Amino acid sequence: MSFLSDVYAGLFYFAAFVLVAGLANKVIQYARTPAPLKIPTTPAPTTKTGVALRMTREVVFFESLFRGSKWTWIFGWMFHFGLFLVTLRHLRYFLDPVPLPIEMIQPFGIYGGIAMVIGLAGLWARRFLVDRVRYITALSDHLILALLITIGLSGLMMRFVVHTDIMRVKEFFQGLYVGQVHLLPADPLLLLHLLLVALLMIIFPYSKLLHAPGLFFSPSRNQVDNPREQRHIAPWAERLEQD
Amino acid sequence: MAKADFQVPVLKQYPEIPEIEPGVMAHSSPFKSKPQFQAELGFPGELVDDWQSKAIDKMGDLLGRYRSLRVYLDSCVKCGSCTDKCHYYLGTHDPKNMPVGRQDLLRKVYRRHFTLAGRLFPKLVGAEDLTEEVLGDWYSYFHQCSQCRRCSVFCPYGIDTAEISMAAREIMDHIGVGQKYCNEIIGKVYKIGNNLGLPGPALADTLEGLEEDVLDETGVEVKYPLDQEGAEILLVTPSADFFAEPHVDGLIGYGKVFHESGVSWTLSSHASEAANFGMFIGSYENMRRVALRIREAAIKLKVKRIVFGECGHAWRVAYSFLNTLAGPWDFLDPRYPVPQHICEFTYGLIQEGKLNLDKSLNDEMVLTYHDSCNVARASRMGDRPGGQFDIPRAIIRATCNNFYDMDEETIRDRTFCCGGGGGLLTDDLMEIRVKGAQPRVEALNNVMQEKGVTHMAAICAICKSQFTKVLPYYGMDLDQIVSVHQLVSNALVLTGQETDDEDEAADEAA
Ligand code: HEM
Ligand code: SF4
Ligand code: SF4
Repeated sequence: MSFLSDVYAGLFYFAAFVLVAGLANKVIQYARTPAPLKIPTTPAPTTKTGVALRMTREVVFFESLFRGSKWTWIFGWMFHFGLFLVTLRHLRYFLDPVPLPIEMIQPFGIYGGIAMVIGLAGLWARRFLVDRVRYITALSDHLILALLITIGLSGLMMRFVVHTDIMRVKEFFQGLYVGQVHLLPADPLLLLHLLLVALLMIIFPYSKLLHAPGLFFSPSRNQVDNPREQRHIAPWAERLEQD
Repeated sequence: MAKADFQVPVLKQYPEIPEIEPGVMAHSSPFKSKPQFQAELGFPGELVDDWQSKAIDKMGDLLGRYRSLRVYLDSCVKCGSCTDKCHYYLGTHDPKNMPVGRQDLLRKVYRRHFTLAGRLFPKLVGAEDLTEEVLGDWYSYFHQCSQCRRCSVFCPYGIDTAEISMAAREIMDHIGVGQKYCNEIIGKVYKIGNNLGLPGPALADTLEGLEEDVLDETGVEVKYPLDQEGAEILLVTPSADFFAEPHVDGLIGYGKVFHESGVSWTLSSHASEAANFGMFIGSYENMRRVALRIREAAIKLKVKRIVFGECGHAWRVAYSFLNTLAGPWDFLDPRYPVPQHICEFTYGLIQEGKLNLDKSLNDEMVLTYHDSCNVARASRMGDRPGGQFDIPRAIIRATCNNFYDMDEETIRDRTFCCGGGGGLLTDDLMEIRVKGAQPRVEALNNVMQEKGVTHMAAICAICKSQFTKVLPYYGMDLDQIVSVHQLVSNALVLTGQETDDEDEAADEAA
């Protein structure tokens, strides 16, 4: 039994490393690549505060998606907001003592889980029902949805159908902080759930899930509209001026 | 109705999202650029031997220089929000004209060569090698994008297919596959100074002719100066303004406005072109080289301000890029933005009450206004976001009694491109131009039916040329498209101008 716990411990160390290192690598790459021209999609804010507000509306409400496609917005927002609540709820397994706000959102985390699965189902349905979306869908797009929905369903099953020993799960993860491998309950559902979560962490920096950091680096959304007032020039473009 | 050897879309009362018809536009691609024109721009003359690896190298180079490209290629989640937003998709039904479909042509090669997933599991993530067939698709479909940015408005990450198209064209130019129309025109700017290849003496002739026409018509000596050293303002305008209808009526209008303002101005034969096709081909170097001509002209003529005439993508390059490409402009008068749009200039005078405008002089027209894509989604006018929508409309309202906007879904930042932007304004692309115009013409047709609109005003040389050419395919008249400054020109009563109803005009203005 402890063999299984060892495998999962190794898996999570690896997944956490790939997630952090992979994302850091990407974020550094994005940050280092210059944006040589001013290309905000206008009308655009003329101040940094304005840009922060625009970005907040995009991150929190998916403003552009709302303008573009109401159905995708409904399902997409349900899924993400659900995922957000679920993530907050899960913090209780990773923090000790559990902060009060996290205690308080516990029930909402459950609703979040349900919303998340419904949202994902809707998004997946679109991939079959709308011919344009079917055309642009690759196998990987289906697989990511399958992965997330299975994570969600296995999680909900553990909540409502076959419970697992959650205190021991918490001990397991607390142990990982200090390099100790505690025994993980060998419930198939839990093992599946955790395996898929680790997989999600691993593919994150190598897939379209990069949209999350990508949004913050998108020049059409994060640039201030002030090209006449302030000269904007990339280092490589400046070198052209020397000769 | 103009004759077409393809099916002209039927105009509907309510817009419809078509079902996909894969491959129906694969045959559409523009003429290739000849070797001598390629060389002029610093590109190889024909397809180079090891073109695959050269193309991948160039892609790598661009990925390192343009954050937009890198982030956009990584971030798309295939949500589908953009799929029904491109006028070329709506008009052709070809799924490779859906913005994400177009991006994927480049993205699949990017994934194959620049991502771990694409190197390991190409089939899984839709990664592909750059084959001859893929290159063929690139050449076809990246020349079916007018770089209008409508897709970027609706994308949750602002992914701008224009950036992808520009990069693709830059890569193709670097392996010797250039587009004749754009590259030949840029060559003309280098050699002669403008897209149309009008030499200085021809310009001087034309301008003299305009002075005579205006004198005949108004009895007032309005000047259209060329290369006048020491003038206050350098006007840079698209060369179409020098001879084609309805463009030239706009130029007449700018001259009258300058005349009334009392500020001295000049055109330049060296920078006799506002357009900058370097943007269309995604070449920073060529775009910069074209833009620097304006700097040179401004220095030589010792002007204090720069004003741009009516042109959409030119205003994008001017407003958004000129400071970057050809700045800093510290030798000009700091009290004015550099550059200014002619609409900002005219609007300022209207605000100050310096123009005597008789709206009734435009009474034989009922107008609507077409927001040109580059003005709407890639620039600004005035000091507030959205000024690019309000200022031209304010000018139209100040010069006409009858004005109606088209359907809200098709104007301002949701405007539909005319179908001829981005280097597509060439006869060898007539089919895509006509089909791509459908959503705009449909909205126009609806206000014609509902409000009795007769004319559509625009502030872009490409839009004006495009509509003049494609409206007849839809059974409309080519002269239904007018310049905004043509309206100003019609309504403006010059100081000292003799009119039949002198008093009436004075009353209106008061
Ligand atoms: C800054 C945080 C994030 C923002 C602003 C964001 C935004 C979006 C938006 C606007 C969409 C398109 C609509 C949709 O299909 O739902 C999307 C899709 C998606 N997001 Fe996120 N997201 C974020 C974080 C995440 C995270 C952390 C995950 C997963 C672990 C995720 C997974 C997905 C998936 C799988 C899709 C595609 C859904 C489909 O296939 O239709 N997102 N995201
Ligand atoms: S930029 Fe315009 S023409 Fe190009 S894909 Fe987007 S909507 Fe279509
Ligand atoms: S809207 Fe943006 S993220 Fe969605 S499919 Fe189009 S390009 Fe991709």
